[in-house]
Amino acid sequence: MKTIRKSLAELHTLLVNKEISSVELTGEYLDHISEFEPKIRAFITVTAEKALAQAKKIDQKIAQGESIGPLAGIPMALKDNLCTEEIVTTCASQMLREFIPPYNATVTSRLEAAGAVLAGKLNMDEFAMGSTTESSAFFLTANPWDLSRVPGGSSGGSAASVAAGEVAYSLGSDTGGSIRQPAAFCGVVGLKPTYGVVSRYGLAAFASSLDQVGPLTRTVRDNALVLNAIAGYDVLDSTSVPFNKPDYTQFLENNVKGLKIGVPKEFFEHGLKSEIAELIKQALKTYEQLGAEIEECSLPHMQYALPAYFVISTAECSSNLARYDGVSYGYRAEAEEVIDMCETTRAKAFGPEVKRRMLFGTYALSSGNYEAYYVKAQKVRTLIKQDFAQALAKYHVLLSPTTPTVAYKIGEISEPVACYMGDVYTIPVNLAGLPAISIPAGFVDNMPVGLQLIGNYFAEGLLYRAAYAFEQNTGYYQEIPALLREAD
Amino acid sequence: MSYQDKYEMVCGVETHVELATKTKIFCACTTEFGGEQNTHVCPVCLGLPGALPVLNREVVNLAIKAGLALNCEIAEFTKFDRKNYFYPDLSKNYQTSQYDLPICKNGRLEIEINGESKSIGITRAHMEEDAGKLVHSGESITTSDSSYVDYNRAGVPLLEIVSEPDMRTVDEVIAYLQELVQILDYAGVSDCKMEQGSVRFDVNVSLRPLGSRELGTRTEIKNLNSFAAVRRCLEYETERQAKVLNKGEKVIQETRTWDDSQGVTLSLRTKEEAHDYRYFPEADLVPLKIDPEWVERIRATLPELPAAKRERLKELGLSGYEAGVLTSSKAMADYFDRVMQNYADAKVVANWIMGDLSALLKANNRSFEDCPIKPYQLADMLKLIKKGDISGKIAKTVLEEIYTGGKDPAVIVKEKGLVQIRDQDALEKIIAEVLAQNPKSVADYQGGKEKAFGFLVGQVMKATQGKANPELVNKILKEKLQIAY
Ligand SMILES: [Zn+2]
Repeated sequence: MKTIRKSLAELHTLLVNKEISSVELTGEYLDHISEFEPKIRAFITVTAEKALAQAKKIDQKIAQGESIGPLAGIPMALKDNLCTEEIVTTCASQMLREFIPPYNATVTSRLEAAGAVLAGKLNMDEFAMGSTTESSAFFLTANPWDLSRVPGGSSGGSAASVAAGEVAYSLGSDTGGSIRQPAAFCGVVGLKPTYGVVSRYGLAAFASSLDQVGPLTRTVRDNALVLNAIAGYDVLDSTSVPFNKPDYTQFLENNVKGLKIGVPKEFFEHGLKSEIAELIKQALKTYEQLGAEIEECSLPHMQYALPAYFVISTAECSSNLARYDGVSYGYRAEAEEVIDMCETTRAKAFGPEVKRRMLFGTYALSSGNYEAYYVKAQKVRTLIKQDFAQALAKYHVLLSPTTPTVAYKIGEISEPVACYMGDVYTIPVNLAGLPAISIPAGFVDNMPVGLQLIGNYFAEGLLYRAAYAFEQNTGYYQEIPALLREAD
Repeated sequence: MSYQDKYEMVCGVETHVELATKTKIFCACTTEFGGEQNTHVCPVCLGLPGALPVLNREVVNLAIKAGLALNCEIAEFTKFDRKNYFYPDLSKNYQTSQYDLPICKNGRLEIEINGESKSIGITRAHMEEDAGKLVHSGESITTSDSSYVDYNRAGVPLLEIVSEPDMRTVDEVIAYLQELVQILDYAGVSDCKMEQGSVRFDVNVSLRPLGSRELGTRTEIKNLNSFAAVRRCLEYETERQAKVLNKGEKVIQETRTWDDSQGVTLSLRTKEEAHDYRYFPEADLVPLKIDPEWVERIRATLPELPAAKRERLKELGLSGYEAGVLTSSKAMADYFDRVMQNYADAKVVANWIMGDLSALLKANNRSFEDCPIKPYQLADMLKLIKKGDISGKIAKTVLEEIYTGGKDPAVIVKEKGLVQIRDQDALEKIIAEVLAQNPKSVADYQGGKEKAFGFLVGQVMKATQGKANPELVNKILKEKLQIAY
């Protein structure tokens, strides 16, 4: 396999130099998927036929001498909560097991317009609620670095498919860390953009004020290339922001001289594994050697982030998921009375994690509880935003571990609260709506560790620059899971 | 015995009015009435996964306009909220509405009751989306095996206007509703087509002993769709509550429904069973800032409202009754104004519009909105009467001709030869013939029977097919009858 795990730039060069056709390239990836899926199980749906049809179109363009974009003709896959016209979009739930959207998510359309080849739809925690992909209603996805471990979640399929080389890149969604945490667990690069940079139209909502779509890639440059294609104002999403979208690759400079990095001490608490703390210290040293200025700082309200997130995200989810009632689409349990139909449908087709969150959200919004929960959580959210604003007025970026531990063993996390604790470093970023990126920072117990960089609003470019310099000077991205080495 | 002997009614009304936009509030689907079921729909109004709302600015414009017409304060900062409840006609199982920061508040409108003016407070007005419609396979929901949902109406923009509990009699309630609907119609905020369900009322009503200042326990009766229904419903409900109170029992705070066929209100749910709507901010939409310039831009488009128009008509010399009738619909009032532009005799114009033209429209089941007679055509006809070219009687024929054929009055008069005969010689000739044919009547008249004169005038008119100038006929007849035969 000469193409698997190559960068987007390398694949693009192969295509324009006609060293390989898109159909051949897509065929190689589809073969790779067939070979590894029995072990990884990242895909809910593989769209081989459509992928080859799209590849053929790109080949015709190349044959006619037309110029093609950097993503054209290259296979990728989407988290299964991103709507794809005429392709089943399940949210990894029995509720939408057979749901075929009549329309594309904006990111789907934008990638299609960029000539991307959709290879399939990826497994996830049901409705993006979870941190291990174990709450998928269908099957578990394995971590390519250790098949007995989870890939993280909720974008577990998105991270595992990229780490296993099944696609060149993928899209995930991040509500409290659902891109960054699996990226860290699988040793890939994952970006959660600034809230409003990428359209949410066609992303089946979990928590509207927190959800954001972003790319998972092997390298920082690949990540910037994918963001180039999907970012930008969308008239169909009122919360998307009109802004001057730069070419994000212009920031990819191996130079962090004078970059001020703040290290929030609160992000080194909450059960951080000491070996991970050690790796992050090494990373700080690397940055220092490259000329960055490191300073410890404080975000005093971070201890309230997790409960505030829990209240806001479950409140929004309880309302967002109310539409799944069996009336006009999705799963329906037949019953005599409409109210029984609706109740039975929801009782049967939602998994326990989704139900738990909807119950809590409904409780938090109920009259008598609203002030104590929802209103208070919004106040905490404001304080957290202020904490970040103060820190980011002083530092260009903030640096922390992405997660307190490496990927869990499958079945290891049975306590819901323990699961939420794993997102303790990523959640505050969603509450503030800031951009953050997770990049590979080494290995503990032969499992990848992620480093998180947090930037100011719309400072994705700066994050890419900081991430790129680290990547180029450490080379962790070149490590390959043993599973793939054996295959070679 | 009526409830009024012992109790005073306290009533407030929530009015849901459909805003006159071309497209729905959060998507580009048409708001057109009718249409095959589920054809005016898209992922947004069907509530498909991932579909997001985008606010139609025209909805905001119309809401501001309604607020201004109702003397409301327009919020500088307003937002949408979700009202959560499960019902199969609600595609998302929440309604996007406004909760604590409505676009309009603290307004009022004036009603006239027994010649006296009374101010009714408007608490607030807020924007929201309509739900779909259940279609039952059988006669009603209880007799049907199954029901279907038509989402054509889902997402049609509504303005909910909440009044203060300022009304004390059923007449006041009806006067308030009529004035409100008229204002919204004038302002162009809504088509106010009651028969298409574009206006619906929820009434809150309670009784208290005469002289008491405390409020009694109220009931809410939902979804009334005509003034007549509101009147009958309130008349029933006040008597029902009076009976409960007279027995020494307490009125239960509850939501009731109006059964029009039986003429009764029925309990729907009690306070304990009331929905907890779990309102919270709609995160899929951004809050809205309305700057003063926006409000002024809308204010500049506000037309003359009914109260001002009525005053102006009275100044033109019309009676209060005439002014009231002419302003009862914007279309009729506009028609009046446009005729007046070409024929400025208010009394005459009013008489024709309220009389013959209204009757003609009514007989043909039409309204002033689609009146086939153009205002200038009516004015032209009135000019012909004034000039003496046609008589008032002939004019009625001409009016019908314009109505059916659409031709201008002068053309009709010419083509049909309806021009009045004012030629003295011609008339003298005709009259001479009439007298010669009716010697008995002539003798009667000359014998002192005045009635015979009327008969002779009638005969002349008959002979001229009504075209003879009446004054001239009178004059010539009298002259001729002086001469003995
Ligand atoms: Zn629609």
